[in-house]
Amino acid sequence: MITLTHYLVLSAILFTLGVIGVLIRRNAIIIFMCIELMLNAVNISFVACAHYLNSMQGQLFVFFTMTVAAAEAAVGLAIIVAVFRNKETVNIDDINIMKW
Amino acid sequence: MANVSIMTFNILSILPILTLAGFGMIVLLVDILSSRKLGEKNLLAYLSLMGIIVAAILARNSTGTTLFSFNESFAIDNYSLFFNFIFLLSTGLVILISHSYIKREEINHGEYYALILFSTIGMMLMASGADLLNIYIGLEVMSISIYILTGFKRSKLISNEASLKYFLLGAFATGFLLYGISLVYGSTGAINLKQIAGFIADKGSISNPLLLMGMALIIIGLGFKVASVPFHAWVPDVYEGAPTTITAFMSVGPKAAAFAAFLRILMTAFGATHYEWQKIIYILALLTMTVGNVVAIAQTNVKRMLAYSSIAHAGYLLIALVAANDMGMSSVLFYILAYTFMNIGALAIVIIVSQKGDEFIQIHDFAGLGFKHPGLAVAMSLFMLSMAGIPPTAGFVGKFYIFSAAIKSGYIGLAVIGVINSVISVFYYLRIMVIMYMKEPTRDFNPLTLSPLIVVAIVLSVIGTLHLGIFPSKIMEIAQQSILILK
Repeated sequence: MITLTHYLVLSAILFTLGVIGVLIRRNAIIIFMCIELMLNAVNISFVACAHYLNSMQGQLFVFFTMTVAAAEAAVGLAIIVAVFRNKETVNIDDINIMKW
Repeated sequence: MANVSIMTFNILSILPILTLAGFGMIVLLVDILSSRKLGEKNLLAYLSLMGIIVAAILARNSTGTTLFSFNESFAIDNYSLFFNFIFLLSTGLVILISHSYIKREEINHGEYYALILFSTIGMMLMASGADLLNIYIGLEVMSISIYILTGFKRSKLISNEASLKYFLLGAFATGFLLYGISLVYGSTGAINLKQIAGFIADKGSISNPLLLMGMALIIIGLGFKVASVPFHAWVPDVYEGAPTTITAFMSVGPKAAAFAAFLRILMTAFGATHYEWQKIIYILALLTMTVGNVVAIAQTNVKRMLAYSSIAHAGYLLIALVAANDMGMSSVLFYILAYTFMNIGALAIVIIVSQKGDEFIQIHDFAGLGFKHPGLAVAMSLFMLSMAGIPPTAGFVGKFYIFSAAIKSGYIGLAVIGVINSVISVFYYLRIMVIMYMKEPTRDFNPLTLSPLIVVAIVLSVIGTLHLGIFPSKIMEIAQQSILILK
């Protein structure tokens, strides 16, 4: 029997993996992928809660999250392309005119 | 089956937002349809200003009403109205100061104005959001526009870098906010702030670790947006790298919007658990003011200094959140309004004094401004005095209200630390005045980036700063009425 707890634990593990990825990876695109992983972990938790609570709002929220994530991806990749045009790197250790 | 209810909605309630969206799209269309010869693009600035004025007039019509529409997810009340006016005011001032700056920096593209308007829509959604979904959507509409605006100087690496940092950290913070929302939803079964409050009142929260964790994650997510320490790492770099007008824009509007949502979420949804969140906000406030003020002393770049000063101001506002009484909440509204005038005014002067390519924005580049251009120096001094909190300026009254709110709630220690911090801040604000008046000019300030519009913006900021400082009671009264809805 798969209970809500299983889904929440899965979601927490995926979220943590995303956070760790953001913190230790150095490639801007991979960092961005890890952020997407975090958002999808949240989606799992929303859908699972919505199912067990028998309420629609959680599923509705997921649609909005996905839409916003798509918009964010468009803008984010455009920004990374703009950086690459001027600097020819996407390694965030090299993108350091200003001190972090 | 899950219960699905038919939405009740009142299209009139979002009329100001629709107006701004309409004007934003008109700006885009006019930009594409007009010939390149229009190059000056004065028309677009005037169109955007018109949109803001129309939206403000429409918003004014709903004064005094309390109305929930879109299935109780969107609130029109005095609270959101007060914030909407702050957003419209700050956006208007930013458009006034942008006009000559974006010509100088050769980033005179039409979408600049459209993005500013779209970002303002996001802020208004956030202030009006009565459920977490609406607040989240507003936050993203606001942030995504600003990610683009930060990187608007496409050919400049520093602007790209600022944009990338803001984007990565902003999206990271959004992840935390969303996870917090999902945990709160999972434990209460609601995303509507009032229903969450109802659940907590029924069942209590101490025995519910998921709910508390969700609340903490929401505080982290919004803490990023208001630039509180330890979530402030992006602020100095982004403020320094962004075009100066956008620095002015994002140091006021998004911060005000995040505080609007913060206050509404904490007071309406988590009002019953305030013993838990007060401790978190207490530590945040303490760290935010202290780090902001101490690090600002070491800065040599004016934009970077103003970035740390903006962190410090967020710290003062967090004190008011900790106090969580009537006076604290209304002083948040008052202080943000005062900050709008003084910060945009100060950055307008930075724009005028700097040269193409954002040259000459070090503090010593202000040397001798007092002899060469006394008018500008007087205005800059006024804004600096106001930020330092010296009477008779808006900043003094704002700080006075915030510290008295803290004392009223029994947080005397926090108020004392706040006052000590104000004293520290006087050092770096006064240093600019000293350099302006007591050093010989090292350069010729010409050509100044002057246009009638930027002068209007500075005059408005000066009037606002003085008016709020000398006659604060009227605005404070309005602020007090605005927060009644939160209780």
